[in-house]
Amino acid sequence: MTTTMVGLNGVGKTFKGRNADTTALIAIDLAIEEGEFVSLLGPSGCGKSTLLRIIGDLTPPTSGEVTVNGKAPEQARRDRDYGMVFQQATLLDWRRVLKNIALPLEVMNLPSAERDRRAREMLELVELGEFGDHYPWQLSGGMQQRVAIARALALQPALLLMDEPFGALDEMTRERMQMELMRIWQQTHTTVVFVTHSIPEAVFLSTRVVVMSPRPGTVAGIVDIDLPQPREFETREHPRFFVKLNEVRETLRGAGVD
Amino acid sequence: MAMTAAPVSEVIGSRRPRLRPVLGFLVILLLLVGLWEGYKLLGAATGGNIPFTDASLPVRADDRSMPHVTQIIGSLFEPSRRGAEESLGLFLLGAAWVTFKEALVGFTAGGVIGFGLGLLFVRSSLAERGLMPWVVASQTVPLLAIAPMVVLWSGKAGLPLWVAVAAIAAFLSFFPVTINTVRGLRSPSPTATELFRSYASTPGQEFVKLRVPAALPYLFTGLKIAAGASVVGTIVGELPSGLPDGLGRQLLTFAYYYLSGPEKLYAAVLFSALLGIVFVSLVALAERLVIPRSRRMPA
Repeated sequence: MTTTMVGLNGVGKTFKGRNADTTALIAIDLAIEEGEFVSLLGPSGCGKSTLLRIIGDLTPPTSGEVTVNGKAPEQARRDRDYGMVFQQATLLDWRRVLKNIALPLEVMNLPSAERDRRAREMLELVELGEFGDHYPWQLSGGMQQRVAIARALALQPALLLMDEPFGALDEMTRERMQMELMRIWQQTHTTVVFVTHSIPEAVFLSTRVVVMSPRPGTVAGIVDIDLPQPREFETREHPRFFVKLNEVRETLRGAGVD
Repeated sequence: MAMTAAPVSEVIGSRRPRLRPVLGFLVILLLLVGLWEGYKLLGAATGGNIPFTDASLPVRADDRSMPHVTQIIGSLFEPSRRGAEESLGLFLLGAAWVTFKEALVGFTAGGVIGFGLGLLFVRSSLAERGLMPWVVASQTVPLLAIAPMVVLWSGKAGLPLWVAVAAIAAFLSFFPVTINTVRGLRSPSPTATELFRSYASTPGQEFVKLRVPAALPYLFTGLKIAAGASVVGTIVGELPSGLPDGLGRQLLTFAYYYLSGPEKLYAAVLFSALLGIVFVSLVALAERLVIPRSRRMPA
């Protein structure tokens, strides 16, 4: 019996402009179950990041209903039900790595011993155990992003929201980070909503890919990715992997995206 | 997957030898002395003209206009006045100390006011739009014109003279602090503020954990400019105030008796410049203690 982690019901978003309003999202219906890994995939301007920000209560929807962990998004944010990872690691460069991971725990006013214990645990989870006393600028881009993931998971959130987290990394680092994320997802059983514009990335990582089309942003189709779990390096060579890649491509094409 | 990036980070984090800046300073000092003396030699060789022309050099190179560096340094070890026991160097040191104390009060007041205004501007765009033009205008008012007025007002109010002088120093030093505080407090990226929003942080937490630390490098840039400005403000303030002990008065006196001892005025100018350098260095030292090396802005 699964429960709905994210429920979107007729969600729309219109940005008010000086001359004309821009409709970013229109009539989005989507239910994400607990434990799922769902990618929002689409070209630039399809509103996938906006949708993620609506789920995270970083921007309000203009219409429709949103529930996160069975609550209004604002309540879910106040209860710290989700962790957020952005394209830029956004580490505070005056804090050492361990202190960066402990930041949300400080905001929560946890006692310092508990903060240290949890931050260290998260550091081990992303396999950066020896780098706790480094400053962010001493780490590579991939390592910084792992710290950002550790920081988001420090809250032990039910939901992890990721906005093109590997978009700024080179291809090799990116594939390694995808493996890392899969391992972490298996270990933590966190529900993940993952924004990307990379088709192979979405197919490799997800249990479901939500294909979006632009102007205005709508759901063009949802592709179930029934590849075996856990995902491994060899998954990318699995015959079904190519079938799924094509299925996602066809859905994008059907939505008028080339 | 174990990453072995430790050596790299050690290279990045390693400290360069400390001798370099000192060496650079000495080289530039020698170069300046060389230029000064070279100019004088040139003037002596051409009889005060630009080489191969009849046009005279822009600044006369004789010993009255430009005393030898050795003369200026030497004057520091001679009596400050005819019959005085104290050497000029010690005398100027005492005057610099007086000026420094006034400047320090002005700098502190200016720093606090400057930071406070910056804070106000960041919190209220209404205050910023309403007050910023006045703040900018305040810095375009010629200091020489308002200094006597401030001295007069504070005298009427029964305040000691040094308060007026410190007030003039504060007037000159608050501005760079305000500007840099505003920039610094606004420097965090939108993503960083969204991160704090996602943690459901209070505005106070965001201020203390994000905005203030992000603003520190900017703040210190402002404070360094303010330190220099406060020395200038103090000396300018000392002139109309008639305070007898500070560098300002000595500059005035030595300018008056320039013909009988030009090197003394140069010595006083030298001490004024040194005071500014020392003050700025003190702020830079404080910055070193507060901010890790990686985040300091280039001085």
